[in-house]
Amino acid sequence: MRRDLIRQLLYDMVLARLFEQAAAEQYALGRIAGFLHLYPGEEAVAVGTLRAADPGDYVVSTYREHVHALVRGTPPEAVMAELFGKATGCSRGYGGSMHLFDAERRFLGGYAIVGETFSVAIGVGYWLAMNGEPDAVLCYFGDGAVNQGTFHESLNMAALWKLPVLFVCENNHYQIGTEIHRHSAVAEVWRRACAYGMEARRVDGMDVLAVHEATRDALRHVRAGNGPYLLECETYRFRGHSMADADAYRSALELAELRARDPVEGLRRRALAEGWVSEEEVEAIETRAREAVEAAVRHAEQAPEPAELHRDVYVQPVDLYSPEIPARRAAR
Amino acid sequence: MTGSRRKREGGNLGLVAPAEPRPELMTWEALNIALDRAMARDESVFVIGEDVGLYGGSYRVTQGLYAKYGEWRVRDTPISENSFTGLGVGAALVGGRPVVEIMTVNFALLALDAIINMAAKLRYMSGGQLTVPLVVRTPGGVARQLAAQHSQRLEHTLLNVPGLRIVAPGTPQDAYWQLLQAIEADDPVVVLEHELLYFEKGPFDPDAPPPPMHAAAVRRRGRDVTLVAWHRMVGVSLEAAEALAREGIEAEVIDLRSLRPIDLPLLLESVRRTHRLVVVEEDCRFGGAGAEIAAAVGEAAFFDLDAPVLRVAGEDVPTPYNGKLEAASIPDAGRVVAAVRRLLGRERPAAAPAPRAGGERT
Ligand SMILES: Cc1ncc(C[n+]2csc(CCOP(=O)(O)OP(=O)(O)O)c2C)c(N)n1
Ligand SMILES: [Mg+2]
Repeated sequence: MRRDLIRQLLYDMVLARLFEQAAAEQYALGRIAGFLHLYPGEEAVAVGTLRAADPGDYVVSTYREHVHALVRGTPPEAVMAELFGKATGCSRGYGGSMHLFDAERRFLGGYAIVGETFSVAIGVGYWLAMNGEPDAVLCYFGDGAVNQGTFHESLNMAALWKLPVLFVCENNHYQIGTEIHRHSAVAEVWRRACAYGMEARRVDGMDVLAVHEATRDALRHVRAGNGPYLLECETYRFRGHSMADADAYRSALELAELRARDPVEGLRRRALAEGWVSEEEVEAIETRAREAVEAAVRHAEQAPEPAELHRDVYVQPVDLYSPEIPARRAAR
Repeated sequence: MTGSRRKREGGNLGLVAPAEPRPELMTWEALNIALDRAMARDESVFVIGEDVGLYGGSYRVTQGLYAKYGEWRVRDTPISENSFTGLGVGAALVGGRPVVEIMTVNFALLALDAIINMAAKLRYMSGGQLTVPLVVRTPGGVARQLAAQHSQRLEHTLLNVPGLRIVAPGTPQDAYWQLLQAIEADDPVVVLEHELLYFEKGPFDPDAPPPPMHAAAVRRRGRDVTLVAWHRMVGVSLEAAEALAREGIEAEVIDLRSLRPIDLPLLLESVRRTHRLVVVEEDCRFGGAGAEIAAAVGEAAFFDLDAPVLRVAGEDVPTPYNGKLEAASIPDAGRVVAAVRRLLGRERPAAAPAPRAGGERT
């Protein structure tokens, strides 16, 4: 096992956990508003998949996407500033938590309507295939999204035209408060891919190394021109669906069992046990991540707010709607 | 399917229409030439939709393109409107200039997530990082007894969406110009086409310099009243203007051409001369484009108006199948004439035909 990869994964996992904890705190302080969907428990999915991807690959994600942006390389300052609605945010304060974008890093968002990521991803994939580009698209979605029409529509087209798309299911077993057996007739998402003749498999989404390896294999398949692939990552979220969720539909026992499989803890333990990293290295990584998050919060607090309401609605705006409104009858 | 009635000479073996000036050309040919031009000069332009390829398009608009440009640039899709429109959005984000054909606006209702939630929002939500140079072409309007699910107009839905541009070409020349401009535009543009205009003819010059995509056009000069319309209702208004002229009433007829934005300056210039405005609109009256036009003109030119702005609009009913009732559900020249007479206080001269009954009102 490559030590630098392990160190990178560990840093990403710790950063992801600490960043989301800080976001929750800042939300409680009233500095972050709106809907805030956090990722603790699911870190191995974004980290494992995105570290197996190339920088040239495109990423299309959902509203639970802070960690995807961070792993892609969007600076924590820019992500936190976006959550604060500040002008230095990665969407300049116009998108918020659910709409992070970083075009330079091929991070295409940030979609808050469940099921949208499928069609955007096949569009990017279509363009890549049409032009014979070597890059792929990573398309993220939850277990709840697979009952949306676009899942079926888009998987069909992706398979039909052999588009270079890796569909990554973040199966955290819940669609807000509805457990997967109560929302899906077939609860194993990967099995649905066979309807489109698509390669698929399920991987332990709490094990970042397993996710990383499965993604590498899947992307090899995709890049070889074999068409799309569906990778189901079985995972859990430790917090409620969003900050608005009191999380009353899961038992304490269920949560305790999940936490015992903590993916961040799991990687740390394994890396130490295998001798891939030393205690000192782990500490240094944790310190570095903590400092990055603290710096991000400091930055976001001090960053300016965006001021312009009417920018970027159109690339080429045409304003025909400001005729002088006459205050009173003019002589005529 | 809406296009199935017409005769197909040539079918999928047909060629792209030749791009040369002609005294008369049909709208579908003008659109066909525009697509061919755009695809020939820019490899990022591609066409996608149901039966646009091998079949040649429900209204022949993509005829010959499949043979010329191949299946990646002229892609037949499954019946998955929301996803293939979303595919257009995704491709537009990374360098493509997709032209999505949605067979009719009635089916575009299934793609509103891609159009409204995505195409119209992504530039703004991303803080200006992304652009969505997407074109959605879609035919609509009351055609010939296609009944309520196949006769809708979508202006009312799309008008209220900042981020979109909406054009409504009513002549072959405008169809050609505005489709080319839509493809060149960096913003998402919905090109609303009218099903009954595809086989209407008009003069055509592929090299004539176009007006701006959003500009309205005066189709007839007049001093007594301004009629504003788009698509088929321009023809209806011109017909009404002819009839009014015989009564000594000179109506100005404006073809709006664009519904977002609306060329308000041109409308106001006209209304300040005629002091009266009638909006002639095929879409249903309630909450439609006509309401926006009336409000905008009322705000800006209240003191120039000698009468309230009137709407002659589609009746607020689902479109009936029965042919006589269908005709009664949308404006015709007689109703426009009646409205103008009412506006001018010259109701019912002895020789005039009675206006068509409006039917039940809600
Ligand atoms: C089309 C649509 N319907 C409903 C919602 C409200 N909603 C937001 S998240 C969510 C649950 C999604 O569950 P899943 O896809 O499993 O993703 P997770 O949040 O678990 O990551 C719902 C119903 C939405 N955003 N979009
Ligand atoms: Mg879920």
